[in-house]
Amino acid sequence: MPINYYIVLSVALFSIGIIGVLTRRNAIIIFMCVELMLNAANLLLVAFSKMHNLALGLNFPTLASDAQIFVFFIMVVAAAEVSVGLAIIVMIYRNIHSVDVNFLNRLKN
Amino acid sequence: MSNTLQIVWLIPFLPLIGFLVNGLFRKQLSKSLVGIIGSGVILASFALSVYVFMQVKGGNIHLAHYFNFINTDSIKVGFDFQVDQLSSLFLLIITGVGFLIHVYSTSYMHEEDSKDFAKYFAYLNLFVFSMLLLVMGGNYIIMFIGWEGVGLCSYLLIGFWFRNNDYNNAAKKAFIMNRIGDLGFLLAVFWLYNKLGTTDYHTVFENAGKLTPADLTGITLLLFVGATGKSAQIPLYTWLPDAMAGPTPVSALIHAATMVTAGIYMIARSNIMFTMAPVTHYVIAAVGLATAILAATIALKQNDIKKVLAYSTVSQLGYMFLGLGVGAYTGAVFHVMTHAFFKALLFLGAGSVIHAMGGEQDMRNMGGLKKYMSITHITFLLGCLAIAGMPPFSGFFSKDEILAAAFKQNPLYWGLGVAGAMMTAFYMFRLYGMTFLGKFRGTHEQEHHLHESPAAITVPLSILAVLAVIGGLVGIPEVFMHGGHKLEVFLEPIFATTNEYVKEHQPHEALSHSTELGLMAASVIGALAALLFAWNKFSKYEKTDAAETGLGKILANKWYVDELYNTVIVKPLNSFAAFLNNVVEKKGIDGAVNGVGKAVNYGSRQIRLLQSGQVGTYVLLMVVGILVLFIIQFFL
Repeated sequence: MPINYYIVLSVALFSIGIIGVLTRRNAIIIFMCVELMLNAANLLLVAFSKMHNLALGLNFPTLASDAQIFVFFIMVVAAAEVSVGLAIIVMIYRNIHSVDVNFLNRLKN
Repeated sequence: MSNTLQIVWLIPFLPLIGFLVNGLFRKQLSKSLVGIIGSGVILASFALSVYVFMQVKGGNIHLAHYFNFINTDSIKVGFDFQVDQLSSLFLLIITGVGFLIHVYSTSYMHEEDSKDFAKYFAYLNLFVFSMLLLVMGGNYIIMFIGWEGVGLCSYLLIGFWFRNNDYNNAAKKAFIMNRIGDLGFLLAVFWLYNKLGTTDYHTVFENAGKLTPADLTGITLLLFVGATGKSAQIPLYTWLPDAMAGPTPVSALIHAATMVTAGIYMIARSNIMFTMAPVTHYVIAAVGLATAILAATIALKQNDIKKVLAYSTVSQLGYMFLGLGVGAYTGAVFHVMTHAFFKALLFLGAGSVIHAMGGEQDMRNMGGLKKYMSITHITFLLGCLAIAGMPPFSGFFSKDEILAAAFKQNPLYWGLGVAGAMMTAFYMFRLYGMTFLGKFRGTHEQEHHLHESPAAITVPLSILAVLAVIGGLVGIPEVFMHGGHKLEVFLEPIFATTNEYVKEHQPHEALSHSTELGLMAASVIGALAALLFAWNKFSKYEKTDAAETGLGKILANKWYVDELYNTVIVKPLNSFAAFLNNVVEKKGIDGAVNGVGKAVNYGSRQIRLLQSGQVGTYVLLMVVGILVLFIIQFFL
């Protein structure tokens, strides 16, 4: 399958993520959109890795597998981030009884 | 190198010690101890100077190198002393007259507080140190150190009674006028260094012929500017009469005998360069003559006893510059020497009178002091005769040597010089008559207090009087005695190159003996007539309230030169300074600085509004920012 499809899908996912972050006010949805963006990036990395692998054969195993290892890193970091982020959202809910980010403007001034 | 003259460094070093001791321990030392230290170091220097003089007379010239004063790759200036005929003669004058004035000061300044007394002697010692440095330096840089040092001490001592604001202003005026001259001196030294790569006297004079005429003229004119400042010549002479604000012994030492002759020393030292620059010679002669006449006319109408002497000093310095300008270097140095004797004597005598009068300086309130102060009177009369150029007093020999040389150059110089000499005789005997003859015109209380001064004052007066009378005998002209001019023989090595140069390039016929005698007779008769006229007129001087009119008023107001300087220089400068202060500083610079502050303040207040606290806005701005970066990266 040509690489173009992957790129288009990835860009679509990423754009959905950005638009979600910009337009939604619910913290959990924003959070999910951030995950969406991360995964769009992951998808692109894996796709390119596969493409290079096909082009170069097995002569450069490290070059081909770098991106895939990178994806694992991103997944781990994302998992850690999710745990911290959800904890923060829980705390926000406890404090203001809402997860609407527009209420979170008390740091102003 | 076991030259006995290695010890010359002690000569300036001793006054420096005196300065440090008196200056640092001025609160502990008693007055008598201060006086002994202050005068003692000068006496020791004088003894050494006599020794050095004897050595030099025996032909022992010494160039001492102590250390490198400036030591870089491109510039090397040694801390050198040059002891030769010229500097050893000045050493004698400075330390000898200086010592007498120190002794005199112990009595004259006795009413000061012990602390101020020590301060006074510290300054005086520092002055002698600087002056010795000036004449002993082996290059122009060391001379310049002394040159600045004496200017500083002059400032400190004129403003010694600094609680009086007029005195402070006089001190500042002296300092600023001197600075103007010093700038010329400094530029000349830079120029010289740039062209020859050295400021050592002997190298400079050896290579003076390699300089182009334009360079020589420029350098010598700038040096002369320095001399006009230090030696009070037109246009920078106005500080000297004001400098009379200082204590009288200071006027005698600094503003008559030594410091003001620094310019003459410097030009006599650099004689070969000046001889090779005829334009400078004309300028010097003209300025000297103009100063001599102008100052003499002003002195005719002054009523302050010290002011008369001050203008007389300016006038006599003018004669010395006339001598330098017509190439009579020996005559100029000779006149420096005799002038140091009789003018120090006159100032100290005036100090003695002022002392007796309880601080009164106005001659209109004096008179008849002859019978109260016999020693002061006699010595003062001798001083007056010496400055009036009566034979065989010292002033006659030195002044007539200069006038004869002036006649050789241009008879007009001689005529004006004689006119000046007549005025000199007139104002000196006007001063003498108003002060010592006639009857006393002061208050009854002052008359009651009139007394002869103590020995510490009269002894220096007597010694100086003897010197003023016989001092001229070292320079008897050829007319009277073959080989009588011992000073010329002594100074011959200093001016040897110049004499050769003159013989080669500008040969002059020597004056015939009869002409010379005729000139002398003319000037002496003129001066004598003026003298007798003044004696006759002022011995019966009566105080009048009539204000001066016509020319007399102009003279009494010093030709309005101070007013002229005020209008032409001081006021425009002041208004320019006010302009800089009010417009450029307050509006321009302050406005710019405050404007930057205001702009930052205002800008930050506006930008602060962006920080709304809305997370959504922040994210939006971030995305926009990234998009902009992408656009820049890929499309621009």
